[in-house]
Amino acid sequence: MVPWRFLLRRLVMLCGSVVVASFLVFAAVDVAPGTPLAVLSGGRSISPASLRILEARYHLNEPFFTQYWYWVNNALHGDLGISITLRENVSTLIAQRIWTTAGLVLYASILVVVIGVAIGLIAGLRRGALDTGMVVVTAGAAALPSFVAAIVLIFVFAVRLRWFPALGNGVGLLSNVWHFTLPAIALAVSSMAIVSRVTRAAVREEMGREHVQTAVSRGIPTGQLIRRHVLRNAAIPITTVSGITVASLIAVAAVVEVAFGLNGLGALMVQSAESKDLAVVQGIALLLVLAFVIVNTLVDLLYAMLDPRVSVGAKA
Amino acid sequence: MSTVASSPAAATAKHSRGLALLRATGPVGIACAVIIAVAAFVAIFGSWLVPYDPYVSNLSLVWVGPLGGHVLGFDGQGRDVASRLIAGAGNSMLGPMAVVVFSMTIGSALALIAAWRGGGVVDSAISSGLDILFAFPGILLAVLAAAVLGPSLLAASIAIAIAYTPYVARVLRGAALKERRQLYVAALEVQGASATSICFRHLIPNMLPLIIAQATINFGYAVVDLAAISYLGLGVQPPHADWGVMISENQSGILQGYPLPALAAGACIVLVVVAFNLLGERLFEVTKQQSR
Repeated sequence: MVPWRFLLRRLVMLCGSVVVASFLVFAAVDVAPGTPLAVLSGGRSISPASLRILEARYHLNEPFFTQYWYWVNNALHGDLGISITLRENVSTLIAQRIWTTAGLVLYASILVVVIGVAIGLIAGLRRGALDTGMVVVTAGAAALPSFVAAIVLIFVFAVRLRWFPALGNGVGLLSNVWHFTLPAIALAVSSMAIVSRVTRAAVREEMGREHVQTAVSRGIPTGQLIRRHVLRNAAIPITTVSGITVASLIAVAAVVEVAFGLNGLGALMVQSAESKDLAVVQGIALLLVLAFVIVNTLVDLLYAMLDPRVSVGAKA
Repeated sequence: MSTVASSPAAATAKHSRGLALLRATGPVGIACAVIIAVAAFVAIFGSWLVPYDPYVSNLSLVWVGPLGGHVLGFDGQGRDVASRLIAGAGNSMLGPMAVVVFSMTIGSALALIAAWRGGGVVDSAISSGLDILFAFPGILLAVLAAAVLGPSLLAASIAIAIAYTPYVARVLRGAALKERRQLYVAALEVQGASATSICFRHLIPNMLPLIIAQATINFGYAVVDLAAISYLGLGVQPPHADWGVMISENQSGILQGYPLPALAAGACIVLVVVAFNLLGERLFEVTKQQSR
């Protein structure tokens, strides 16, 4: 059942977020110290002809809101400007790299959801040494920053054991998966730990509930019990935390891409920020914010479908 | 400030209340607090504690392992790793401190204003404004800030603080709203107490354990985020010592088989972050139990 009113409200919020975010990304040029022309050229001395092109492109002699309108309008048509250092269309640069980032985030998301939930489920259903061990390990792993995880993984699995390559994208699908395994683990590890902890707590809580105990005493088979009675109810907190952590991967991917020398969007954005190539930073930031907001909206929607109370607007 | 200082009895009462809160977090909480206290001490007095100059490089000692008084050996430029870790504690914790102070102050203020006018236009304006700010992940904002303002710890800290503010405000708004509905607030209003005085003398003191818990957790997150930004080269600039910078400086050592400098810096980050996370979680549990 799709809660249409809730969906509509979330869509309006999504548009609001995107409009404000795009405005902030655009306004960055005016916040920067120095004239807009100096900012857009990254403080380089460029020829008067190029300056005039920049001036015309960004409509710098027109009012601020008109400039914003032109910029958004161009962005909607896939024109995000030209990189001042790479001398290439920003949208071309993005198109070359988007699959690296998307692949990395997708790979990591699958790890987070599948392995995170599986570990939490096992620990939640069984008490004893396995459970205790899992609680201790995930407490540490949850606090492991992606770039620290990256150097540990590179040291253990690439340098010492030589199981995986340390750097680069690889060529071809199989090689891609091979090259992306360590980065995806580095990106996923803390989210995986958080998801498994929440899953464990939710499963524990449901197992103690009366309806589950009743089902146990009625002799319902374990598999069916877990699917129908435990997971169905535990799905709400699990979905929420998985959604939040998966959305956060989009931004953190930049760090992992730099650590493993992958040529993704995040790495390009960081490199462009260093060289003050503002058009590229703006274009990628806009795209990543858009992805982040869309994922968050999808999660909210899923959450509303799992828990009808949310879309009715009932307060807990 | 002076009014607080002039009443030693009140100061002791506050002191013991803080201690009681800490004691309630149990042995794990106290152990974490000790780690944090040591880290803070090193961060403040680091420049007096370093055994060697953290900026003097000796190219004949590049990637040399532990040797004599140099317990962690030398980095890729022949600098003493232990000294750089100690000197880096300051930068690695100064930024998070600024982030926490800024985001907690603005976040609490927004939460109190929204809760005081609960349900009204001001509340919904603040709440929807915060919902929109949720659209900006901290790291993304920091990269944008670095592109615009130039890479620096200050720019990164401002960006991260802005990204944290909506999270702070959302949690504290709920707590403030609950407190606002208490009968004693209505009684004070009837007696003619002003909104600011009720907020400062009653609401904030009553919410203080929650505020402290949230500040502690956020400090841990800020350590990670700022170290990540410095690792990317957009925060603290080399040769300045910082744990994130040290990982990026020494990553090439890992590939060459000299992992100690980078791993040591990573271990420092993880240790401090685990301490802040665990203590923050324990504090949250304690405040939850107390509010029951």
